Amino acid sequence: MISLSRINVTFNTGSRTVVAARDIDLRVDEGDVFGIVGYSGAGKSTLVRVMNLLQRPSSGDIVVNGQKLLELKPKELRSARKKIGMIFQHFNLMKSRTVYDNVLYPLKSSRMPKADKDRKVRELLELVGLSDKLASYPSQLSGGQKQRVAIARALANEPRILLCDEATSALDPKTTLSILDLLRDLNRKLGLTIVIITHEMQVVKEICNKVAVMEEGAIVEQGDIVSIFSEPKQPLTRDFIHTATHFGQTVEKIMSHPSLARMGDDDVLCKISYVGSRTSEAIVSDIATRFGVSANILFGNVEILQQTPVGSLIVVLSGGSSELEKALAYLRSLDVTVDRLDSPGKATLGGAHIR
Amino acid sequence: MNDFLNRYLPNVMENKSEIWESTYETLYMVFMTSLFSAIFGIALGVILVATDKGGILANRWAYSILEKIVNFFRSVPFIILIALVVPVTRLITGTSIGMNAAIVPLVIGIVPFYARQIQNALLEVDPGIIEATQAMGSGPVEIIFRVYLKEGLTGIIRASSVTVINLIGLTTMAGAIGSGGLGSLAINKGYNRFQLDITFVATILILLLVFVCQFIGDYFTRKSTH
Repeated sequence: MISLSRINVTFNTGSRTVVAARDIDLRVDEGDVFGIVGYSGAGKSTLVRVMNLLQRPSSGDIVVNGQKLLELKPKELRSARKKIGMIFQHFNLMKSRTVYDNVLYPLKSSRMPKADKDRKVRELLELVGLSDKLASYPSQLSGGQKQRVAIARALANEPRILLCDEATSALDPKTTLSILDLLRDLNRKLGLTIVIITHEMQVVKEICNKVAVMEEGAIVEQGDIVSIFSEPKQPLTRDFIHTATHFGQTVEKIMSHPSLARMGDDDVLCKISYVGSRTSEAIVSDIATRFGVSANILFGNVEILQQTPVGSLIVVLSGGSSELEKALAYLRSLDVTVDRLDSPGKATLGGAHIR
Repeated sequence: MNDFLNRYLPNVMENKSEIWESTYETLYMVFMTSLFSAIFGIALGVILVATDKGGILANRWAYSILEKIVNFFRSVPFIILIALVVPVTRLITGTSIGMNAAIVPLVIGIVPFYARQIQNALLEVDPGIIEATQAMGSGPVEIIFRVYLKEGLTGIIRASSVTVINLIGLTTMAGAIGSGGLGSLAINKGYNRFQLDITFVATILILLLVFVCQFIGDYFTRKSTH
């Protein structure tokens, strides 16, 4: 659907040269909801603009909907763009036009009969749930409503692809979810391929089936969401996931308050991660009955990604050292990832026990 | 009433028809100049915005040449500009004296000012909106007419009313080439012949004209804001 190969984008700002994208290879397949995450300045927005050629790359190839965009003449490019919808962080609606006229705008140059255009606009606004706002001006709408109008407008020419540039970053969490629900619906009902640029892993977690992580203009890691979430390879990816699941904060809290762990000398603090149907309960009770190892659960989290549960637990395992070894070996044999974490402040452990 | 006017505005009452004539001349010059300036000024303003760096038809050469021309004509004092463009005036109107002849320097004097105002008004249009319309596959012509001129309308109206008010000021100077109008009336009759009441009435009429323009401008500015 979208394929970028060896994309480089450089900007010359006076004496400095900024590389906004370096050597990017990316493939988005039909029906994907593809997330691109990165901190600000990572080059995400530049990359999404390459996909409809709002930004011309310094080198590389772009194929969208089977067309090599860089080889198109201006007029052909314009009609190619009609088949690539785009929405923005700040909605970019025309303030001088009503909701109805904003959605009508992209249809103005088409040869569709007037009555058909009218029906189309009404259908689109129905689809995004704003049928009652036809005559309102954008200034009278809330952020979420504005984004809905923008989505309706972006879909007017029946594109196969929708590019979302930080589309939920200006919205509150609740509105963000409702917009994401709408996007998920569109993906399922219309088979719309969606590319989402965001700095919030939460958003990716919510609807994406694939994700690419960007840093300094390069993609450091990409893959399907379940494997990225369950086995992030790059520190940056882990960072993002931890902020989305609050994992990092929790570990930090536990580490800075060893008392929370209440650990004995032989106890093992570890993180257990698993993917799939295995539930945390079964794992914990399993090792208790089999090896007499008790697990004190300090933190647990389960994400349902694309209908696949991805869980992680932070536990303190206590028991005899040989039983502990056996239990750990058993866990590993179950396709469960076990990482031993450094015990919080071993030196102060004694102090932690008093309390 | 008539007694009162005859007593306090004797010269005005004596030259009533001339005052009406001058008012008409001023209105004529303002109207005709506005008409031509609107066309050239908006076109030039749009071209400046479009060819500017990052514009929809970015062209460094075109922009810098146009910008220099605009700056040049904006810097020449109007009274000198009138004399400077006399050859052009002759070429276009066949004469260098009178109401129609005055329209040429007025247009040349006001267009650069207006174009700059238009440019500023259009730069107020959110670049995000322009980007969105480009993403929707709009071409430059469509973006100019359906986006810049529509989204920038409030700014354009405001710029226009400021410009017309400025223009009223310039028409009074056109008296220097025998254009007639309230300005030359105030000088030639009021000042040169010490008929102070004529100057007074001419001032009132000019102010009235300015207020009316301001009012119309404000009205449409309000109407175009959503």
